[in-house]
Amino acid sequence: MNLEGVSMGNKTGINAVGKKETEALLKVEDLSLSFIQYASGLRQTELKVICNLSIEAYKGEILAVVGSSGSGKSLLAHAILGILPSNAKSGGKMEFDGRELTQEIKEKIRGKEIALIPQSITYLDPLMKISNQVIGCVEGKDESSMKKLQRDIFRKYDLKPDVEGMLPHELSGGMTRRVLVSTAVMSSAKLIIADEPTPGLDEKTLNETLSYFKDMANRGCAVILITHDIDAALKISDKIAVFYAGTVLEVANVEDFKNDGENLRHPYTRALWNALPQNKFQAIKGHQPMLDEVLDGCIFYDRCSKKNEICSRGIPQFKKINGGVVRCNNVS
Amino acid sequence: MCLKGENISFGYKKNNLILNNVSISLDRGEVLGLIGDSGSGKSTLCKILAGYENNYQGKVSIDEKEASGKGYNPIQLVFQHPEKAVNPKWKMKDILNEGSNISQDILDSFGIKKSWLNRWPNELSGGELQRFALARALGSETMYLIADEITTMLDAITQAQIWNTVMDIVKERNIGVLVVSHEKNLIKKLCHDVVYFKDINNV
Repeated sequence: MNLEGVSMGNKTGINAVGKKETEALLKVEDLSLSFIQYASGLRQTELKVICNLSIEAYKGEILAVVGSSGSGKSLLAHAILGILPSNAKSGGKMEFDGRELTQEIKEKIRGKEIALIPQSITYLDPLMKISNQVIGCVEGKDESSMKKLQRDIFRKYDLKPDVEGMLPHELSGGMTRRVLVSTAVMSSAKLIIADEPTPGLDEKTLNETLSYFKDMANRGCAVILITHDIDAALKISDKIAVFYAGTVLEVANVEDFKNDGENLRHPYTRALWNALPQNKFQAIKGHQPMLDEVLDGCIFYDRCSKKNEICSRGIPQFKKINGGVVRCNNVS
Repeated sequence: MCLKGENISFGYKKNNLILNNVSISLDRGEVLGLIGDSGSGKSTLCKILAGYENNYQGKVSIDEKEASGKGYNPIQLVFQHPEKAVNPKWKMKDILNEGSNISQDILDSFGIKKSWLNRWPNELSGGELQRFALARALGSETMYLIADEITTMLDAITQAQIWNTVMDIVKERNIGVLVVSHEKNLIKKLCHDVVYFKDINNV
């Protein structure tokens, strides 16, 4: 634990522009995403769901992505893996390990260099034995070595040998989580994306699950932890990206979340922090807008307590402040 | 006035009881927290109390009277996933009023907008749907509300919005609430008293 603190202290700025010593493993720049829908008859409309979204993930670090449902967290994961439905249209740039991440490369490296830990048991094949699902598809002679690797991983995650032959419905919530984590560990991926891995878990199982992610980061993986549970994110993450209505409003350091949130840069992040039951349990009015409802200006305009005239014109640019980045006109 | 579950036992298989001799009581106006491990049977207990499950041993009663199973059930249960608790082929206004006519006051306090009433369930977010599920459960004859992880899937701001509204309503109408959650901080904030499930379940 001590060692970790030291290494974290040495890291300078976060995923802002200035970071020089290590290159980001994954860079997402100005991602935008929309779905083509049929309105009536053959008339098509475009539903915007993500715009101007940029994040970076570094080796050995956990980046938490927090925000309400519908803020585009899972879509980001699907965009990185290239598993969006066919009516999705995306723009922007993605880089992985120094090369551009095209659809072709995504298809080649997903499951190998980039792994997804899905949200629930429904991502497992209900009629396939656990061990076969964890190992996946292997050719002839590799099979026994993969089997050995799988046994080692199961032992590490405290899954008994008889789990190998079980079907998904025979597992408890905590066991399912461990199986899903095992599949990602099997792949020896460099980037791991975990999509809402914690809801509905009791405290013990929750902490256990979180420790698996910490463990992966310690082995040099970059981990993106998608969650709406700020508390869980704060326990293990290095940085927290706050999503709102399809864009990133702030990337903060874990230490910024304390007291009344006075170190947080964006009013939305502060509102989110103050809404936690252990803090003020205070709710701001209103709800997250659809991107189409925002005509021009800051996406948080309607609900912001600090808004002024300039906020209604143009989307605020990213600013680098106190080792974090924020999209707000009213911070300096 | 008191909701009582006495000596409740339940199992899907004969020799594998999930609930064994569980007793719990909830006064009107009381807010009681229930904490327990995943898979320990909390939700099953909730279903039994609210009359969703019939094949159990023991007794559920309000003021010593067992529920008739007819008419509006004064014990209302709200689930974790609202999208599974609404009919996908009904419009929101029909879903809302399927049990009783819900007053405009309740809609206003939950911030349910008029324009939402004409939408289909899949056109609303989880937080918006959960507001409907709660409004529907808080009809004028409701005496007890069982909230089974109702804000687990929601972000902190929506959670605070929803709970602040629910607490105002139950206080005003003297409704008893059973709050099932894994989140200790939430329970600490809301409840007068807490029950640990492992202390009342004798399996």
